[in-house]
Amino acid sequence: MMKKKSKLVSYAKWGYIFLIPFFVTYLIFSLIPLVSTFYNSFFENYMVGLMKVGPKFIGIDNYKAVFLHSELLTYLKNTLIIWAMGFIPQIFFSLLLAAWFTDLKLRLKTGAFKTIIYMPNLIMAAAFSMLFFAMFSDSGPVNNLLTYLGLPSYRFLSEVAGTRGLIAFLNFLMWFGNTTIILMAAIMGIDGSLFEAARIDGANSWQTFKRITMPLIKPILAYVLITSLIGGIQMFDVPQILTNGEGNPNRTSMTAMMYLNKHLFSKNYGMAGAVSVILFIITCILSIFVFKFITNDPDKIKVKKKKKGGSL
Amino acid sequence: MKESKRSDKVMLNIQRAFCYVLLVFLSILCLFSFYILFINTTRSHPDIQKGFSLIPGKSFFINLNSVLNNKNLPVLSGLMNSVIVSSVSAILATYFSTLTAYAIHAYEFKFKKFAFGFIMVIMMIPTQVSALGFVKLMGDMGLMNSFIPLTVPTIASPIIFFFMKQYMQSALPMDLVEAARIDGAREFRIFNQIVLPIMKPAIAVQAIFTFVFAWNNYFIPALLLNKDNKKTLPILIAQLRSADFLKFDMGQVYMLIAISIFPVIIVYLILSKNIVSGITLGSVKG
Repeated sequence: MMKKKSKLVSYAKWGYIFLIPFFVTYLIFSLIPLVSTFYNSFFENYMVGLMKVGPKFIGIDNYKAVFLHSELLTYLKNTLIIWAMGFIPQIFFSLLLAAWFTDLKLRLKTGAFKTIIYMPNLIMAAAFSMLFFAMFSDSGPVNNLLTYLGLPSYRFLSEVAGTRGLIAFLNFLMWFGNTTIILMAAIMGIDGSLFEAARIDGANSWQTFKRITMPLIKPILAYVLITSLIGGIQMFDVPQILTNGEGNPNRTSMTAMMYLNKHLFSKNYGMAGAVSVILFIITCILSIFVFKFITNDPDKIKVKKKKKGGSL
Repeated sequence: MKESKRSDKVMLNIQRAFCYVLLVFLSILCLFSFYILFINTTRSHPDIQKGFSLIPGKSFFINLNSVLNNKNLPVLSGLMNSVIVSSVSAILATYFSTLTAYAIHAYEFKFKKFAFGFIMVIMMIPTQVSALGFVKLMGDMGLMNSFIPLTVPTIASPIIFFFMKQYMQSALPMDLVEAARIDGAREFRIFNQIVLPIMKPAIAVQAIFTFVFAWNNYFIPALLLNKDNKKTLPILIAQLRSADFLKFDMGQVYMLIAISIFPVIIVYLILSKNIVSGITLGSVKG
């Protein structure tokens, strides 16, 4: 008995030892920078040419400047609009495909399609955007094709709708496959006897989808929505490369992260700090919802187990 | 009865055909730009300027050669840098995330609940919001233009940790660990020689994801790397974008994009089965 107890105590030590790399790394490369970002947001600290102004403590003046004199709110609005333009088709097609792929009556051959629609998710966003920039430029292949087909050419990157549309389309392409696979896993996690019962009762596909599938995958839909929104706030690579960091035309496709990046590059640390903190707070609020889904949702755990055994 | 059954079958076939039409359409949408990319890497600059084509040209190796030897754009070193940063990230992230997951999974200790809760809380914090402090700190530590800030931080990857912990719950029986202890194996050896081999499938999937993530990463590297011989591919792409576009040889532009994209596509197509089933294991947690 004694021996067993001492054995347990000695193993506990290893738990701590094995956690050291994670926590030391996190402390140095994430926590200290995060605290330092907060700290910097209360100082006046920027460059005028080669001259450095500050650092001088100015309290919340940076925050006042961000809200009263900067365009951050406009850029947040841009971000939200572009995100929604991509997310609405994304969730529509993902739901549709997930329902089809899991439909036992349809029995579609899905393997190759799943592989193809997921692929864009792994592509370097910077390179993908550069490719789109080349393809949709005024004399690029797409306009060549339009002319060839006898259609009027369109200056995609000089029009608000064209630029925002291209960014949203890229986001859609990169994410709808991923969402489809998450939703499929969710649908496959639903107890099969429910679908069987519906079939015996003579329900058609649409009725089954509306009355059984939708209500049961609601938590995962909410999860997809919020994680996508968190990802949306971080939207950077695509608009940055597509518009060369300008957010043209007329800054209508400038996102919040591009604005932060601009301040970081010009070494305006005070303003960059304030913008970072504001974006951090927005993300935290959204994350609380995600955290709830992950930690205390019994359905989710069932889904996870199913997926492991399932033949995705 | 028979009649209605037959009409059911016809309806089902119509529905199925409709599904396939839409699926093919979406697939074309996904593949079209990559096809154009591929075609244009094989065409010379004047050819590309002439207009749109679906048929490959003959300049693939000329384009490849000229982009790799371009004096204004360090493509070859960029490619090497990207490979180094991505590989090291993949190794560090998977090894240490498995170690962290093992600490939480296999041992009972006082702060276990706290440690686990903490990692879950920090999971959703994006790296961009602490970029300011990060870049300043790296500057103070003399790590500008070093690969350390791009690789070492992956040791603390909450999402990979969570994936590994989920996997351990179903794949790692503690009896095995107990048996090894009775045989006199030390804890560290047990981890390296028993736990790691069992975790291989999960490690493979996560190594690919980490590699791809690091390969594609742009925001932080762009703030840290400004020496030509240290730049990674995404930074070169951005540089190409900000240069006066029309002065460039379009064959080279497409080739650089292809160098950034096609290696990932090829690996993905080879391993797609494992990857697609891997997403769902990890994805519900983000």
